Amino acid sequence: MSRDKTMTADQVVAELRSGMTIGIGGWGSRRKPMALVRALLRSDVTDLTVVSYGGPDVGLLAAAGRIRKLVTAFATLDSIPLEPHFGAARRRGDFELVELDEAMVMWGLTAASHRLPFMPVRAGIASDVMTVNPSLRTVTSPYGDREELVAVPALSMDAALVHLNRADVHGNAQYLGPDPYFDDLFCEAAETAYVSCERIVETAELAKEGGPQSLLLKRAFVSGVVEAPNGAHFTSCVPDHDRDEAFQRHYAEAARDPGAWRAFTERFLSGDEDAYQAAVAAFHEEERA
Amino acid sequence: MSGTDARTGSGTGAGDRSGTGAGTGAGAGAGTRAGAGSGTGTGAGGGPGAGAAVTRAEYCVVACAEAWRGAGEVLASPMGTVPTIGARLARLTFSPDLLLTDGEALLTADVPAVGAPPRVVEGWLPYRQHLALVTTGRRHVMMGASQIDRYGNQNISCIGDWERPTRQLLGVRGAPVNTLNNPTSYWIPRHSARVFVERVDMVCGVGHDRAAAAGPAATRYHRIPEVVSDLGVFDFETPDRRMRLRSLHPGVTVEQVREATGFALVIPDEVPYTREPTAEELRLVREEIDPKGLRDREVRP
Repeated sequence: MSRDKTMTADQVVAELRSGMTIGIGGWGSRRKPMALVRALLRSDVTDLTVVSYGGPDVGLLAAAGRIRKLVTAFATLDSIPLEPHFGAARRRGDFELVELDEAMVMWGLTAASHRLPFMPVRAGIASDVMTVNPSLRTVTSPYGDREELVAVPALSMDAALVHLNRADVHGNAQYLGPDPYFDDLFCEAAETAYVSCERIVETAELAKEGGPQSLLLKRAFVSGVVEAPNGAHFTSCVPDHDRDEAFQRHYAEAARDPGAWRAFTERFLSGDEDAYQAAVAAFHEEERA
Repeated sequence: MSGTDARTGSGTGAGDRSGTGAGTGAGAGAGTRAGAGSGTGTGAGGGPGAGAAVTRAEYCVVACAEAWRGAGEVLASPMGTVPTIGARLARLTFSPDLLLTDGEALLTADVPAVGAPPRVVEGWLPYRQHLALVTTGRRHVMMGASQIDRYGNQNISCIGDWERPTRQLLGVRGAPVNTLNNPTSYWIPRHSARVFVERVDMVCGVGHDRAAAAGPAATRYHRIPEVVSDLGVFDFETPDRRMRLRSLHPGVTVEQVREATGFALVIPDEVPYTREPTAEELRLVREEIDPKGLRDREVRP
């Protein structure tokens, strides 16, 4: 039987190095590996190139000054359209941005997972994506049409971080919500991949929770498994938990004011994951009071 | 993409609240009354009954719905509340073959009220399939625009210099892939010279001039059927593909549109009014699709 790959979030981060290219799964404020991102914030790993369909993962890393270069098509909190830390970091010019179309990111991940140098796409032609990314190249179809297409470069990564609903200790992982997002592509496009999950279960339990097509990650592409209940908080991880809208509003409001943000980090991000989850529980107690 | 099409997905630019300013569309349509109308028709959320005067938001709903007339069996991807109501109205009336999503990854067989979950699911459309579907062309998206110019170039990325923007918006999202692959219309809830600009700060959605300059790969499947704002409907049915005023919503004047637009529109000698909703369309909008009156939050009465 395959080996046991269980780790802690801090052990995952200990495998990462400053200057690496890190892919982060999920989409916007949906099923983001937030417990792993929080562990990253507790470390001194920095100078990162981050590839993400951006949400608060990008916001938190940007606010902490960990991003040297960001590859994305957007950053949003979904129910709150604009990610405030992303916006502030862009206004300050804190990091280099590789702004690609959503489909270009998908095909860049696909190229990396297929070990191809690029994928030809129509998206991007005639838009300013070509202007703001002067390193992007086009290819001409070798067939009769002679169409000129964008050669989206492979988005290869040193490590991928993703969060799923269930996993076994070997790295087989399952999503139970409506959308796999691109988590399998992120894992296949990276040298190493770490999955956190709501619950680690016996392998035999996986097929009882959902059909075989819900088994998104194969263990051959997973280096480490972290059990992190509520580990996508405050993003959604249905059916285990919805997005924590009240807390996300609190995050977004705090992010718009430096003083409020210092108070937020002091209250929620100064301790370990258990301390974070306890502080969130206390926040909701106060909200109810 | 949010109680509306919450899926900012393949995107879009949904939900961007920028581009405020002029052109709120004063007054509800000039005393127009929808013909017929059952008189009572109490909307659950206290909205006007079916007999009440047609509001500006309702003209906008009808104008958006018209974008999907004759679209056939394709996915309607509305971004924003009014286009979402419009797509559902089209599906319930003159375009019954349209496919609609729940704003997440499901295709819905029924047409629930905005914000309500579907009762019957007919298909699965996670983001990876949604992005791939765009390239098949079997989709007509109606996106938002923080800026749009006379040739239909659209910006939802940022305001100011891209290197260090004065205002960071959503990012390009799926505008480049949308505009080169499937019909892309636009919805602008507050028509102003800050949105309808001489030049957009970043071309996300590709307009006619840029597509033509780039060649066949850009023009092959490029189509911008229409732009709907709270003041009127616009298209590019001109020899040089400049934006034209196609219809005014009742209660709006040509002068109002001209003042709220930052470039010279093509304005025909005779400009028709956006058509009236039928009594049944009004009933569907007020009682079935948007009983809570969410349309009035996007286009104020």
